[in-house]
Amino acid sequence: MGRLLTVTGLTTEFRTERGTVRAVNDVSYTVDESEIVGLVGESGCGKSVSQLSVMQLVPNPPGKIMAGTVDFNGTNLLKYKRESREMCAIRGRDISMIFQEPMTSLNPALTVNRQMTEVLIEHLGTEPKTAREQSIDMLSQVGIPDPGKRVDDYPHQLSGGMRQRVMVAMAMLCNPKLIIADEATTALDATIQAQLLELLYDMVNKYKTALVMVTHNLGIVARYVHRINVMYAGRIVESGTVDEIWANPMHPYTEGLLKCVPKLGEKLVPIKGMPPSLVNRPDTCPFLARCRYRQKSCFEQSCSEMTCVEGTHYTTCSVLLGGQE
Amino acid sequence: MTTYVIRRVLHALVVVFIVSIIVFLLIRALPGDPIEMLVAQNASQEWTPEMVEELRRSKGLLDPVPVQYVKWFSQMARGDFGVSITHNYNIGDQIKDRAVVTLLIGLTAFLIGLVVGPLLGIISAIRRGKWVDNLVTVSANIGITAPQFWVAILLIFLFSMRLQILPIYGYTLPWVNLGQSIRQSILPVFVTALGPIASSARQTRSSVLEVLGEDYIRTAWAKGMNERKVLLKHILKNSLMPVVTLQGQMLRMIVGGSVVVERVFVIPGLGKFLVDAMLGRDYTVVQGSAVVMTIVVVLSSLIVDLLYGWIDPRIQYD
Repeated sequence: MGRLLTVTGLTTEFRTERGTVRAVNDVSYTVDESEIVGLVGESGCGKSVSQLSVMQLVPNPPGKIMAGTVDFNGTNLLKYKRESREMCAIRGRDISMIFQEPMTSLNPALTVNRQMTEVLIEHLGTEPKTAREQSIDMLSQVGIPDPGKRVDDYPHQLSGGMRQRVMVAMAMLCNPKLIIADEATTALDATIQAQLLELLYDMVNKYKTALVMVTHNLGIVARYVHRINVMYAGRIVESGTVDEIWANPMHPYTEGLLKCVPKLGEKLVPIKGMPPSLVNRPDTCPFLARCRYRQKSCFEQSCSEMTCVEGTHYTTCSVLLGGQE
Repeated sequence: MTTYVIRRVLHALVVVFIVSIIVFLLIRALPGDPIEMLVAQNASQEWTPEMVEELRRSKGLLDPVPVQYVKWFSQMARGDFGVSITHNYNIGDQIKDRAVVTLLIGLTAFLIGLVVGPLLGIISAIRRGKWVDNLVTVSANIGITAPQFWVAILLIFLFSMRLQILPIYGYTLPWVNLGQSIRQSILPVFVTALGPIASSARQTRSSVLEVLGEDYIRTAWAKGMNERKVLLKHILKNSLMPVVTLQGQMLRMIVGGSVVVERVFVIPGLGKFLVDAMLGRDYTVVQGSAVVMTIVVVLSSLIVDLLYGWIDPRIQYD
């Protein structure tokens, strides 16, 4: 499997009245062709912003990508301007994105048909009639009953689950190489969520599409994902395969996360404390305040680079790594 | 849809009926009556109290008020607006001629407001915080707050008296003398359009800014639409919804404003007709023109409501 996406040193900042918020801090990760990668972390840790940065969709102002490269199939996407023709040609054709809010992510004033066919017409120059047939076909593939009729509906005539199916269909239309699902199922209820995850999984397998799953649900990760990146306060703090991380979490935050996966009959162990404010943070390890393994040296040195544990397993925690040896 | 339209037309009839009663009573509540005005105008003639009383009787003004109302209303329902009390002309014919003038000026102003207002609003929203935006916002605020008569007088002073490039007053129908008509229309149309332009610009600006932050605009970008397509296909239709609702109000503003504008520029339209009749206590004329203006306003609201449903598919008529 070839390398599809290489993100290196991605840093995104927001200018606010209280100071500069570094929402994404020196983030590096890779995605291989037809690989499913999970990006895990709690709310506000920069998962979504990192993905929006890859797509250059961070609202500017106030957001700005300060540094880094996004190498997609050999081209650095960040060298293009956000509204340039080159960037628009990649969005929706090579990289698609599915968003968290199915209720508001579709345009209320346009029919499903208009919203789907415009992708094909824009990127592939498809005839409107053919585009309509292809859209209907895609709708039936994502399990929408009576797609020939539903295609002329407006979003408000569809349920939340249906709308998210439409979003999935829309993302798949141009057969992209990479789909970024940004908490795509979080807003749906549990049964629909399960159906949609299965659907997404089937679709990316069928079309050999790579998938980045942004989520805070470790259950989802364990079931579908090949590799995990754990994010905390704007940084990736640990990465590895599911097996590696589940068996041997090498960052105190990951360990804490795994302890708060609900299991029947067991008590949850929450992580104590709150995530740090991202405004003008010092450069020390972001988890320091909540860490139970912290040592004096942690307060003095800046946050470590990702270091290999073994195989593809990397962590930023030098303490646990040191203890291991 | 059909039942909705029928119901709205019935509503409209009720509104016209109520307005006709109110106008009928209010004009009679004013001190003085048309006969007194008539007598005062013809003071050279010798008037005995009996002659005045006889004149009142002949005009039907001595009947009980409800009888007068029923007589007038049933006549009007058959399309006959009657005759002016003080000047004896046919009101229907007058209204027809004058409505043409008012509509020509009003509709031109309305169309200009409809195009220019949203355009300024969109430019202003896209260039948010830049000098264009500041200029539009400040001008729009002035446009909304400045009284029409004051703006009109300033413009007459500047363009007609100082620069002497536009006529001071009067109106010529375009098919009589097009050049003259256009020159005479520029100032009144501008003054009439000022409010609608300013209101629409402000409304459009804020709704475009609101739509810009919506999730589905992010979706449109994520689908690879370029700036032009995002603006034209995704932002425009959604942000024009509130602007369309505003247009009903704009039409009402224009009809109401015609009273002031036509008076300042001495234009023989419906507005000036109404004011002159009011000052002359010409009951039948006031009643007739007020009812016609009401019908225009009510009809325009209906059209706007139907348009609104066409733009926003979530609205259903039942």
